[in-house]
Amino acid sequence: MVENSEFDDIPGTTVFTAVRSHEGFHLNQFCMSLMKPENRLRFKDNERVYLDEWAMTEEQKQAVMRRDYNAMIALGGNIYFLAKIFSSDGISFQVAAASMTDMSNEEYAAMMLHGGRSPEGVRSIKDHR
Amino acid sequence: MARITAGVTTSHVPAIGAAIDLEKTDTDYWAPLFAGYKWSKEWIEEEDPDVIVLVYNDHASAFSLEVIPTFAIGCADEFPIADEGFGPRPVPVVQGHPELACHLAQSLILDEFDMTVINQMGVDHGLTVPLSLLFGQPTAWPVRVVPIMVNVIQYPPPTGERCFKLGQAIRRAVESFDQNLNVQVWGTGGMSHQLQGARAGLINQPFDNAFLDNMSADVNALRKIPHIEYLREAGSEGIELVMWLIMRGALGEDVEELFRFYHVPASNTAVGHLVLRPLDARHAS
Repeated sequence: MVENSEFDDIPGTTVFTAVRSHEGFHLNQFCMSLMKPENRLRFKDNERVYLDEWAMTEEQKQAVMRRDYNAMIALGGNIYFLAKIFSSDGISFQVAAASMTDMSNEEYAAMMLHGGRSPEGVRSIKDHR
Repeated sequence: MARITAGVTTSHVPAIGAAIDLEKTDTDYWAPLFAGYKWSKEWIEEEDPDVIVLVYNDHASAFSLEVIPTFAIGCADEFPIADEGFGPRPVPVVQGHPELACHLAQSLILDEFDMTVINQMGVDHGLTVPLSLLFGQPTAWPVRVVPIMVNVIQYPPPTGERCFKLGQAIRRAVESFDQNLNVQVWGTGGMSHQLQGARAGLINQPFDNAFLDNMSADVNALRKIPHIEYLREAGSEGIELVMWLIMRGALGEDVEELFRFYHVPASNTAVGHLVLRPLDARHAS
């Protein structure tokens, strides 16, 4: 058995392993479908109807409709696939990233301009470093 | 004989492409970043390479989760620009070099690197943003490109050591190609960044600067960095830096740093850019 427990020791971080890829397969494939303009139109026209065409769990569909990116990641979504959703919404990667933190867009943008989030204290849960 | 004359690394942040396409390069936010590429734009015009072996990762554009190749090589005549959710970037179609690419594919596989061969693929910001940074906005790219695609999205990506060795094999393969070609190898992506979760926005300038130093000073130290260290120190998307080691492996033992630029931030990311010259090539060319 491959030992991945170290991956779970990084706060606020989900490592996209083969197991998560399996769990999120249909969610991520739905995201990929938004690369086609006609699919983006159909999705925006009626999100529920479009999502029901995919073999996703109800939880995954609800997370998409709420645009809750942390929830989507917890359910097997990968950020590069999920990017197709916020790109279709006309939202930048920075605003999408900010929505996953406990900061407002303005606070997050200011943090980035001041050099980003320091790794101090967020490297390891067990070692408190 | 084809020869590798230089190596380039650069981040490939999508917002940089958007800034170029929307003509925002002179704004207060973006001007310092683009100033950092001025030297390289002049340098590459003088170098006038024939082909770039461009190492990058696809960002869920050409490859879905149906098939996940670890290393793949693009052998097509040309590579159209992918639509990443907001329409394709308004940049020229990328011209391939199928003869060199097929030679590389065959040589690498026989040299124990089991490449996936791609005969049709759209390319996303991972490949086009580096071209835009170095070549600006031409009507046609002044160079042919052999894309080398690396999985850095689903864990585990290849190790840094494996990437370095692939670079060494690319060098052997390029040098056994019988056309007289000026070839550059580019390693793209990085530097520190995290795009997901409560830890999004992570930047580690000491880690990045040590990485930039060791690309020429002590590459053996970089080859040994395990995935978990990239994750902890450089953020979950900082793992893209393993692609820089493919370029570095292709340059041989010793290199000279011709140019360096480091800038925080571009959107969520620390931007790093190096131009390296293999020392043996300097004497040969």
